[in-house]
Amino acid sequence: MSRLSPFNIVSLTLGFAFLYIPMIILVVFSFNASKLVTVWAGFSTKWYGELLQNEAFLDAAWVTVKVGFFSSTLATVLGTMAAYALVRRGRFRGRTLFSGMIYAPLVMPEVITGLSLLLLFIAIGLDRGVLTIVLAHTTFSMCYVSVVVSSRLVSFDQSLEEAALDLGCTPFQAFRAVTLPIIAPAVAAGWLLAFTLSLDDLVIASFTAGPAATTLPIKIFSSVRLGVSPEINAMSTIIIAIVTVGVITASLVSKRNIARRAAEERAADS
Amino acid sequence: MKRVFTSLPYLWLLVLFLVPFLIVLKISLSDIAIAIPPYTPTLDLAGGWQGVKAYFAGLDFENYVFLTEDDLYWKAYLSSVKIAGLSTLLTLAVGLPIAYAMARAPVAWRPTLMMLVILPFWTSFLIRVYAWMGILSNEGYLNQLLLGMGLISEPLLILNTNIAVYIGIVYTYLPFMILPIYASLERMDASLLEAAEDLGCSRLTAFWIVTLPLARPGVIAGCFLVFIPAVGEFVIPSLLGGSDTLMIGKVLWEEFFSNRDWPVASAVAIILLLILIIPIVLFQRQEQLNREAGR
Repeated sequence: MSRLSPFNIVSLTLGFAFLYIPMIILVVFSFNASKLVTVWAGFSTKWYGELLQNEAFLDAAWVTVKVGFFSSTLATVLGTMAAYALVRRGRFRGRTLFSGMIYAPLVMPEVITGLSLLLLFIAIGLDRGVLTIVLAHTTFSMCYVSVVVSSRLVSFDQSLEEAALDLGCTPFQAFRAVTLPIIAPAVAAGWLLAFTLSLDDLVIASFTAGPAATTLPIKIFSSVRLGVSPEINAMSTIIIAIVTVGVITASLVSKRNIARRAAEERAADS
Repeated sequence: MKRVFTSLPYLWLLVLFLVPFLIVLKISLSDIAIAIPPYTPTLDLAGGWQGVKAYFAGLDFENYVFLTEDDLYWKAYLSSVKIAGLSTLLTLAVGLPIAYAMARAPVAWRPTLMMLVILPFWTSFLIRVYAWMGILSNEGYLNQLLLGMGLISEPLLILNTNIAVYIGIVYTYLPFMILPIYASLERMDASLLEAAEDLGCSRLTAFWIVTLPLARPGVIAGCFLVFIPAVGEFVIPSLLGGSDTLMIGKVLWEEFFSNRDWPVASAVAIILLLILIIPIVLFQRQEQLNREAGR
């Protein structure tokens, strides 16, 4: 392997500096004693303390986690089904519309998705709250799950499923015993993606949440609109910390799995 | 079983994707009214055929005509497309060298580099936009730094201008540009470049005639992945942009939440979608080509 040229080293350094310096500043200034976020006045963790006493933020965080959990679980089930239908079922009536509806939400501007769902909920007289946010999030994130899962379904050997069917499995048994274990990593990745998308969403949640339920992004947005505040910095730091731990763990796990698979293959070859 | 696996998600999407969309279309053809819901006519199925006829007679293109008459709207459309287009090019200019350097890095580094690019994507979008508010404001870190170094004598006005919007879009969408380009360059054979250099190409020419054509599918995918969501962007212009930053996502939001004019908001949504349909169709065709080429 050739060594990196100076040009490449410079672009990597500058690129990652650009990606990370804003977040590092955010984290550092969350420990600032001063209320003025931009002036350093000594180390303090008081903003974390205030954050933990802020009922409104804690309630919003709880709503967000609930919505994220239910919507991503529903989206994973529906998205996996949709992926299976699209990849394993050849032609069927309404296929074009179906695949269109799977891909459209991926490119649909959030403001339109949000607006259209809100108008639906009003038309059918559904009160806005946790339920409507869950319905909205499930709808757009199932499409992401379906894309992730179908890329895995395309790449594995269909004859395994056929063998299970030949050996007397019902289609559902074959799906559970053969297909599901093979696509499990993609299903898990889809769930995580759906969960993150739900936690992250501001626009669609703003349209579909009523006064009864506020999610964390809505709360953050309304307070950030008024300007930079140390409490939001503290909140951001907590979120960044959780994500960092999660991503690093996930990458270590997948690295170990790859190493193990390689070792198994070597053992099988010898 | 296949039937169940098709019909459940199918039904879900029909009810929660297609029907809502048709409702938007319908309301965009209605008139605003001071009522709940704030538009007329409403479909009265109890009135039988007469009700349906009265309903269709009440629909018109008035809201669309209104959109063409008030120049706020077409200015907002134009400026969204301009801001999104320019920031896509900027993102490409920033992302291409990073993706290229990643693809040339030793194989052992690559998973870590990949992780470093993906990590910001998993962090909240809102927080990443917010981070720039503290950097770019008049008393912000950037101005403090530049003033401290004596490079400027008074603070630069960046926050609440279009420049801040460009920075915000480039920053938040950068991973979407880097990853597809990296994916298409990753499997590039380094000996191709060596061959080009042996044959007398300069490094730059080699990059131009060998690397760029190989990166093309990734570059195209990356540009669509940045451009399409950037056109309808709401968070970035409302937090980083100023009152004169016109973007259609923000206009739609205000039309709906502040003016409570649902019919006009719906018409804005329909036109926004029509503007996006061309790039979306092109994007899908490109993806199709990539998939076929990948096989």
